[in-house]
Amino acid sequence: MSFLDRTARAFLLTELFQGLALTFRYMFKPKVTINYPYEKGLLSSRFRGEHALRRYASGEERCIACKLCEAICPAQAITIEAEPREDGSRRARRYDLDMTKCIFCGLCQEACPVDAIVEGPNFEYATETRAELMYNKSKLLANGDRWEAELALRIAEDAPYR
Amino acid sequence: MVDMLAGLMPPEIWRLIVIVVQILAIVLPLLIAVAYLTYAERKVIGAIQLRKGPNVVGPFGLLQPLADGVKLFLKETILPTGANKAVFIIAPMLTFFLALIAWAVIPFDQGWVLADINVGILYLFAISSLGVYGIIMSGRASNSKYAFLGGLRSAAQMVSYEVSIGFVLVSVLLTVGSLNLSDVVLRQKETMWFVIPHLPMFFIFLISALAETNRAPFDLPEAESELVAGYNVEYSAMTFALFFLGEYANMILMSGMTVILFLGGWLPPFDVAPFNWVPGIIWFALKICAVLFVFLWVRATFPRYRYDQLMRLGWKVFLPFSLFWLVLTSGVLVAFGWLPNQG
Repeated sequence: MSFLDRTARAFLLTELFQGLALTFRYMFKPKVTINYPYEKGLLSSRFRGEHALRRYASGEERCIACKLCEAICPAQAITIEAEPREDGSRRARRYDLDMTKCIFCGLCQEACPVDAIVEGPNFEYATETRAELMYNKSKLLANGDRWEAELALRIAEDAPYR
Repeated sequence: MVDMLAGLMPPEIWRLIVIVVQILAIVLPLLIAVAYLTYAERKVIGAIQLRKGPNVVGPFGLLQPLADGVKLFLKETILPTGANKAVFIIAPMLTFFLALIAWAVIPFDQGWVLADINVGILYLFAISSLGVYGIIMSGRASNSKYAFLGGLRSAAQMVSYEVSIGFVLVSVLLTVGSLNLSDVVLRQKETMWFVIPHLPMFFIFLISALAETNRAPFDLPEAESELVAGYNVEYSAMTFALFFLGEYANMILMSGMTVILFLGGWLPPFDVAPFNWVPGIIWFALKICAVLFVFLWVRATFPRYRYDQLMRLGWKVFLPFSLFWLVLTSGVLVAFGWLPNQG
């Protein structure tokens, strides 16, 4: 009996037609595609994208060249050279970040005692040459100036959980 | 105007010109149809997978096939060092050429056929069997193990399924009493579309057509997961484009055969007022589109067959069943005296 049942199902293609009916229904469901360059998906406020060095509201840069980020970076992507400025404060002379080494683990922003180095929401920084991915201090500060509004918002949103 | 032109030159040359124009009138719309079949495929499969498909190049992405064509045209044709150069280049040309010449016997409407020969079905059967040569040649000439395996698989698969396609054709032509494709359609006008009496054969033909054109779920010759791209791994640019065009033209051809043999060719579904105002060629095209949609729909629905399952289906299910149906058809035709051309 089960043999008859199986053979009948196979010859009447019942399972195949069930599958076809399912895919046919799916054809009229709303599409889930996002038109990427014109529409973008939501990003978490903890999304770890392109790095930035932030400044205080006064315009003074936050980084104090403590080298905690350099020490913790598992990919050894950060190189810092520190020196005292004329006013005696300790500042980074060089802050180099090799974006080709970076693994976007976020440990640098966790380590930073002054919220200076952060990973921002930007992920669209593709370049045409490899050299452009060797970020220096001025590039990172420029990033900070460009994204400051969103960076501050992200830190404020995440603050209750810290 | 046309008569004046005809009077100006010897009749043989005039006939030649007429034939060339007729060929162009078939081939150009066919190539455009092939281009837009690729577009339709991407749109339909996209829709079933909840995606949008191409929508950037031109309105609704309608210029995408042209962009793809231009890209393939401008790329470099790479000839592998180890390849047998002549065969390597001839193979895609052969595939494409065979996909085109089969259209000579397809009737688009009453009397709209390039070569109204009396062995139309045999001709189509022969051409579609020859189609395997392009694939075998490319597999052999590429000097690559993937291409070689793809070619072998394709050969075995096409031979296996041609057997049952042959029996399907025989049962249809017994009912018609003629090998001429126009007669097949006219016979359906007298009686009914053969999809009704020959329903199981219709499905067997459709499934065998999928196998014959190497389409999913029988696309083992180009199984990505095992063979990278099968017989066309080593091909690039126009040589690849010719394979691609040939494959899709074959799909349209097999749909055309399905329509002529089972779905009444250019006939309207009901021979009453609003339906028979529409020209036959429109009905023919609409039916081909419907069958092609099934091809795409099936591709988006079913996973690929395993090779031994494919062979089992071809030899142990389709062959005995179509043979049984052939005997049944002849028996019924003789028993009820429905044999055409008696006496």
